[in-house]
Amino acid sequence: MADPVIAQRRPVLAGAHPSLYGGSAVAHVTPAKAATRLSLRAKPDAVAALSAALGVDLPTRPKRSASSKGRHALWLGPDEWLVIDEAETDLMAALAGVGVLHSATDISHRNTAVLVSGPGAAAAINSACPLDLTDGVFPVGAAARTVLGKIEMVLYRTAAEDYRVECWRSFAPYAFGILVEGAEDAAL
Amino acid sequence: MLLIRCPYCEEDRSELEFRSVGEAHIVRPDNIAEISDEAFAEYFFLRDNPKGLIYERWRHIHGCGRFFNAVRHTVSDKFVMTYKAGEPKPDLPAATPVAQPLAQEGAAK
Repeated sequence: MADPVIAQRRPVLAGAHPSLYGGSAVAHVTPAKAATRLSLRAKPDAVAALSAALGVDLPTRPKRSASSKGRHALWLGPDEWLVIDEAETDLMAALAGVGVLHSATDISHRNTAVLVSGPGAAAAINSACPLDLTDGVFPVGAAARTVLGKIEMVLYRTAAEDYRVECWRSFAPYAFGILVEGAEDAAL
Repeated sequence: MLLIRCPYCEEDRSELEFRSVGEAHIVRPDNIAEISDEAFAEYFFLRDNPKGLIYERWRHIHGCGRFFNAVRHTVSDKFVMTYKAGEPKPDLPAATPVAQPLAQEGAAK
Protein backbone atom coordinates (compact mmCIF):
# COMPACT_ATOMS: atom_id res chain seq x y z
CA MET A 1 0.00 0.00 0.00
CA ALA A 2 1.27 3.45 -0.88
CA ASP A 3 2.25 5.70 1.97
CA PRO A 4 -0.24 8.53 2.48
CA VAL A 5 1.08 11.89 1.37
CA ILE A 6 0.59 14.61 3.94
CA ALA A 7 1.03 18.20 2.77
CA GLN A 8 3.71 20.04 4.67
CA ARG A 9 3.01 23.68 5.39
CA ARG A 10 6.05 25.71 4.52
CA PRO A 11 6.67 29.42 5.21
CA VAL A 12 6.39 31.22 1.89
CA LEU A 13 9.72 32.99 2.27
CA ALA A 14 11.59 29.86 3.36
CA GLY A 15 12.94 29.55 -0.17
CA ALA A 16 14.32 33.09 -0.30
CA HIS A 17 18.02 33.02 -0.98
CA PRO A 18 19.96 33.45 2.28
CA SER A 19 22.21 36.02 0.66
CA LEU A 20 19.16 38.24 0.33
CA TYR A 21 18.52 38.15 4.07
CA GLY A 22 19.79 41.21 5.82
CA GLY A 23 19.07 43.82 3.16
CA SER A 24 21.84 46.30 3.86
CA ALA A 25 23.89 47.77 6.68
CA VAL A 26 21.23 50.38 7.52
CA ALA A 27 18.07 48.33 7.00
CA HIS A 28 17.75 44.64 7.78
CA VAL A 29 15.00 42.74 6.00
CA THR A 30 13.95 39.39 7.45
CA PRO A 31 10.88 37.17 7.14
CA ALA A 32 8.77 37.24 10.31
CA LYS A 33 8.02 34.11 12.26
CA ALA A 34 4.67 32.42 11.86
CA ALA A 35 1.78 34.04 13.73
CA THR A 36 -1.95 33.68 13.99
CA ARG A 37 -4.04 36.49 12.57
CA LEU A 38 -7.63 37.56 12.65
CA SER A 39 -9.61 39.87 10.42
CA LEU A 40 -12.11 41.34 12.85
CA ARG A 41 -15.11 43.52 12.07
CA ALA A 42 -17.60 44.86 14.58
CA LYS A 43 -19.79 47.84 15.42
CA PRO A 44 -18.71 50.20 18.21
CA ASP A 45 -21.07 48.65 20.77
CA ALA A 46 -19.25 45.29 20.49
CA VAL A 47 -15.74 46.68 20.97
CA ALA A 48 -15.66 46.40 24.77
CA ALA A 49 -16.71 42.74 24.84
CA LEU A 50 -14.29 41.81 22.05
CA SER A 51 -11.45 43.66 23.76
CA ALA A 52 -12.10 41.75 26.97
CA ALA A 53 -12.14 38.42 25.14
CA LEU A 54 -8.90 39.15 23.29
CA GLY A 55 -7.11 40.66 26.25
CA VAL A 56 -6.13 43.71 24.21
CA ASP A 57 -8.04 46.99 23.90
CA LEU A 58 -9.18 47.40 20.31
CA PRO A 59 -8.15 50.93 19.27
CA THR A 60 -10.94 53.18 18.04
CA ARG A 61 -8.86 56.04 16.65
CA PRO A 62 -7.27 56.04 13.16
CA LYS A 63 -3.77 54.56 12.77
CA ARG A 64 -3.62 53.37 16.39
CA SER A 65 -2.72 49.96 17.69
CA ALA A 66 -2.69 48.17 21.03
CA SER A 67 -0.40 45.41 22.23
CA SER A 68 -0.36 43.00 25.08
CA LYS A 69 1.96 40.01 25.53
CA GLY A 70 2.77 39.50 21.86
CA ARG A 71 -0.78 40.10 20.75
CA HIS A 72 -1.41 43.18 18.62
CA ALA A 73 -4.65 44.82 17.50
CA LEU A 74 -4.26 47.20 14.57
CA TRP A 75 -6.90 49.76 13.53
CA LEU A 76 -7.60 49.34 9.81
CA GLY A 77 -10.95 51.12 9.51
CA PRO A 78 -13.78 52.48 11.67
CA ASP A 79 -15.13 48.94 12.16
CA GLU A 80 -12.19 46.80 11.13
CA TRP A 81 -9.10 45.47 12.91
CA LEU A 82 -6.21 43.15 12.19
CA VAL A 83 -5.30 41.08 15.23
CA ILE A 84 -1.88 39.39 15.23
CA ASP A 85 -0.73 36.90 17.85
CA GLU A 86 2.98 36.13 17.70
CA ALA A 87 2.58 33.29 20.21
CA GLU A 88 0.35 31.49 17.68
CA THR A 89 -2.53 30.98 20.07
CA ASP A 90 -5.88 30.23 18.51
CA LEU A 91 -7.60 33.61 18.18
CA MET A 92 -10.84 32.12 16.86
CA ALA A 93 -11.10 30.08 20.05
CA ALA A 94 -10.56 33.23 22.12
CA LEU A 95 -13.63 34.79 20.49
CA ALA A 96 -15.75 31.63 20.42
CA GLY A 97 -17.72 32.48 23.54
CA VAL A 98 -18.28 36.15 22.85
CA GLY A 99 -21.99 36.87 22.70
CA VAL A 100 -21.86 40.16 20.78
CA LEU A 101 -22.39 40.53 17.06
CA HIS A 102 -19.10 40.53 15.16
CA SER A 103 -17.34 38.98 12.20
CA ALA A 104 -14.03 37.21 12.73
CA THR A 105 -12.08 35.38 10.05
CA ASP A 106 -8.88 33.44 10.61
CA ILE A 107 -6.33 34.80 8.11
CA SER A 108 -3.22 33.32 9.73
CA HIS A 109 -2.15 31.75 6.46
CA ARG A 110 -3.48 34.42 4.12
CA ASN A 111 -1.00 36.96 5.44
CA THR A 112 2.69 36.79 5.98
CA ALA A 113 5.03 39.41 7.36
CA VAL A 114 8.42 40.91 6.62
CA LEU A 115 10.34 42.72 9.34
CA VAL A 116 12.35 45.79 8.41
CA SER A 117 14.65 47.26 11.03
CA GLY A 118 17.56 49.63 11.34
CA PRO A 119 18.21 53.36 10.98
CA GLY A 120 17.34 53.18 7.27
CA ALA A 121 14.16 51.13 7.72
CA ALA A 122 11.80 54.02 7.01
CA ALA A 123 13.78 54.98 3.91
CA ALA A 124 13.68 51.39 2.68
CA ILE A 125 9.89 51.24 3.06
CA ASN A 126 9.43 54.70 1.59
CA SER A 127 11.21 53.55 -1.55
CA ALA A 128 7.90 51.93 -2.53
CA CYS A 129 5.35 53.46 -0.15
CA PRO A 130 4.13 57.08 -0.13
CA LEU A 131 3.07 57.09 3.54
CA ASP A 132 4.63 59.76 5.74
CA LEU A 133 6.76 57.82 8.26
CA THR A 134 8.19 60.75 10.21
CA ASP A 135 8.01 60.45 14.00
CA GLY A 136 5.29 63.05 14.47
CA VAL A 137 2.94 61.51 11.90
CA PHE A 138 3.70 57.80 12.24
CA PRO A 139 5.00 57.27 15.79
CA VAL A 140 5.89 53.96 17.41
CA GLY A 141 2.69 51.94 17.65
CA ALA A 142 1.12 53.48 14.56
CA ALA A 143 -0.40 51.15 12.00
CA ALA A 144 -2.05 51.68 8.63
CA ARG A 145 -3.19 49.79 5.59
CA THR A 146 -1.54 51.32 2.55
CA VAL A 147 0.33 50.41 -0.62
CA LEU A 148 3.82 49.01 -1.21
CA GLY A 149 4.74 49.23 -4.86
CA LYS A 150 2.02 47.34 -6.70
CA ILE A 151 0.55 45.57 -3.67
CA GLU A 152 -1.45 46.39 -0.59
CA MET A 153 0.12 46.01 2.83
CA VAL A 154 -0.49 46.75 6.48
CA LEU A 155 2.41 48.65 7.98
CA TYR A 156 2.97 48.55 11.73
CA ARG A 157 5.71 50.44 13.54
CA THR A 158 6.76 48.21 16.44
CA ALA A 159 9.73 50.28 17.66
CA ALA A 160 11.62 53.41 16.70
CA GLU A 161 13.55 51.59 13.97
CA ASP A 162 11.42 48.48 13.54
CA TYR A 163 8.56 48.01 11.12
CA ARG A 164 6.36 45.03 10.39
CA VAL A 165 5.08 44.74 6.82
CA GLU A 166 2.03 42.48 6.59
CA CYS A 167 1.11 41.39 3.09
CA TRP A 168 -0.75 38.61 1.38
CA ARG A 169 1.12 35.34 1.19
CA SER A 170 1.23 35.17 -2.60
CA PHE A 171 2.69 38.70 -2.73
CA ALA A 172 5.41 37.95 -0.18
CA PRO A 173 8.29 37.35 -2.65
CA TYR A 174 7.45 40.66 -4.35
CA ALA A 175 7.25 42.52 -1.03
CA PHE A 176 10.48 40.94 0.19
CA GLY A 177 12.32 41.75 -3.03
CA ILE A 178 11.19 45.36 -3.19
CA LEU A 179 12.10 45.90 0.49
CA VAL A 180 15.58 44.41 -0.05
CA GLU A 181 16.08 46.74 -3.01
CA GLY A 182 14.84 49.64 -0.92
CA ALA A 183 17.23 48.66 1.87
CA GLU A 184 20.13 48.69 -0.59
CA ASP A 185 19.09 52.09 -1.88
CA ALA A 186 18.77 53.40 1.68
CA ALA A 187 22.44 52.52 2.26
CA LEU A 188 23.70 54.56 -0.69
CA MET B 1 1.03 63.06 -6.66
CA LEU B 2 -2.28 64.25 -5.25
CA LEU B 3 -2.90 64.11 -1.53
CA ILE B 4 -6.51 63.34 -0.63
CA ARG B 5 -7.90 63.82 2.85
CA CYS B 6 -9.79 60.77 4.10
CA PRO B 7 -12.48 61.93 6.56
CA TYR B 8 -12.32 58.59 8.39
CA CYS B 9 -8.51 58.36 8.67
CA GLU B 10 -8.46 62.13 9.35
CA GLU B 11 -5.31 62.46 7.31
CA ASP B 12 -3.99 63.41 3.87
CA ARG B 13 -3.06 60.23 2.03
CA SER B 14 -1.61 59.50 -1.38
CA GLU B 15 -3.98 59.25 -4.34
CA LEU B 16 -2.63 55.72 -4.91
CA GLU B 17 -4.79 54.51 -2.00
CA PHE B 18 -8.05 55.82 -3.49
CA ARG B 19 -10.56 54.94 -6.19
CA SER B 20 -13.08 57.28 -7.71
CA VAL B 21 -16.57 55.80 -7.80
CA GLY B 22 -18.65 58.36 -9.67
CA GLU B 23 -20.93 61.23 -8.91
CA ALA B 24 -22.30 61.68 -5.40
CA HIS B 25 -25.76 62.56 -4.12
CA ILE B 26 -27.64 60.54 -6.77
CA VAL B 27 -30.95 59.71 -5.09
CA ARG B 28 -32.81 56.60 -6.18
CA PRO B 29 -36.48 57.43 -6.85
CA ASP B 30 -38.89 55.84 -4.36
CA ASN B 31 -41.41 54.99 -7.08
CA ILE B 32 -38.91 53.51 -9.52
CA ALA B 33 -41.41 51.10 -11.08
CA GLU B 34 -43.77 53.92 -12.01
CA ILE B 35 -41.48 56.56 -13.47
CA SER B 36 -41.15 57.05 -17.23
CA ASP B 37 -38.25 55.67 -19.25
CA GLU B 38 -36.93 59.18 -19.68
CA ALA B 39 -37.00 59.81 -15.94
CA PHE B 40 -35.30 56.48 -15.31
CA ALA B 41 -32.59 57.22 -17.85
CA GLU B 42 -32.08 60.58 -16.22
CA TYR B 43 -31.57 58.90 -12.85
CA PHE B 44 -29.65 55.84 -14.03
CA PHE B 45 -27.44 56.93 -16.92
CA LEU B 46 -27.12 60.68 -17.12
CA ARG B 47 -24.45 62.42 -15.08
CA ASP B 48 -23.29 65.99 -14.84
CA ASN B 49 -20.00 66.78 -16.50
CA PRO B 50 -19.33 70.27 -15.23
CA LYS B 51 -16.30 72.40 -15.83
CA GLY B 52 -15.76 73.46 -12.25
CA LEU B 53 -16.78 71.96 -8.93
CA ILE B 54 -18.11 68.40 -8.90
CA TYR B 55 -19.41 66.32 -5.99
CA GLU B 56 -18.02 62.80 -6.21
CA ARG B 57 -17.93 59.54 -4.27
CA TRP B 58 -14.48 58.21 -3.52
CA ARG B 59 -13.31 55.10 -1.76
CA HIS B 60 -10.20 54.75 0.40
CA ILE B 61 -9.83 51.24 -0.92
CA HIS B 62 -6.20 50.62 0.10
CA GLY B 63 -6.67 52.33 3.47
CA CYS B 64 -9.69 52.17 5.73
CA GLY B 65 -11.90 50.88 2.90
CA ARG B 66 -14.58 53.49 3.51
CA PHE B 67 -16.65 55.37 0.89
CA PHE B 68 -16.78 59.13 1.34
CA ASN B 69 -17.69 62.21 -0.68
CA ALA B 70 -15.38 64.80 -2.12
CA VAL B 71 -15.71 68.16 -3.81
CA ARG B 72 -13.21 68.39 -6.65
CA HIS B 73 -12.49 71.00 -9.27
CA THR B 74 -12.50 69.35 -12.68
CA VAL B 75 -10.07 71.81 -14.25
CA SER B 76 -7.37 72.06 -11.60
CA ASP B 77 -8.03 68.60 -10.08
CA LYS B 78 -7.90 70.32 -6.69
CA PHE B 79 -9.85 68.65 -3.87
CA VAL B 80 -11.74 71.49 -2.23
CA MET B 81 -13.02 69.35 0.65
CA THR B 82 -13.99 65.81 1.63
CA TYR B 83 -16.71 64.68 4.01
CA LYS B 84 -18.17 61.44 5.32
CA ALA B 85 -20.78 59.50 3.40
CA GLY B 86 -24.30 60.36 4.50
CA GLU B 87 -23.48 63.92 5.44
CA PRO B 88 -25.45 66.63 3.60
CA LYS B 89 -24.10 68.20 0.45
CA PRO B 90 -22.02 71.20 1.55
CA ASP B 91 -23.08 74.56 0.23
CA LEU B 92 -20.15 75.95 -1.67
CA PRO B 93 -20.13 79.17 -3.67
CA ALA B 94 -20.19 78.26 -7.37
CA ALA B 95 -17.05 80.24 -8.08
CA THR B 96 -14.73 78.79 -5.45
CA PRO B 97 -11.08 78.51 -6.54
CA VAL B 98 -11.11 78.45 -10.31
CA ALA B 99 -8.34 79.12 -12.83
CA GLN B 100 -4.59 78.85 -12.60
CA PRO B 101 -4.43 75.09 -12.19
CA LEU B 102 -0.65 75.15 -12.51
CA ALA B 103 -0.21 77.70 -9.75
CA GLN B 104 -2.46 75.65 -7.46
CA GLU B 105 -0.56 72.47 -8.17
CA GLY B 106 2.68 74.18 -7.23
CA ALA B 107 1.15 75.51 -4.04
CA ALA B 108 -0.05 72.04 -3.07
CA LYS B 109 3.52 70.75 -2.99
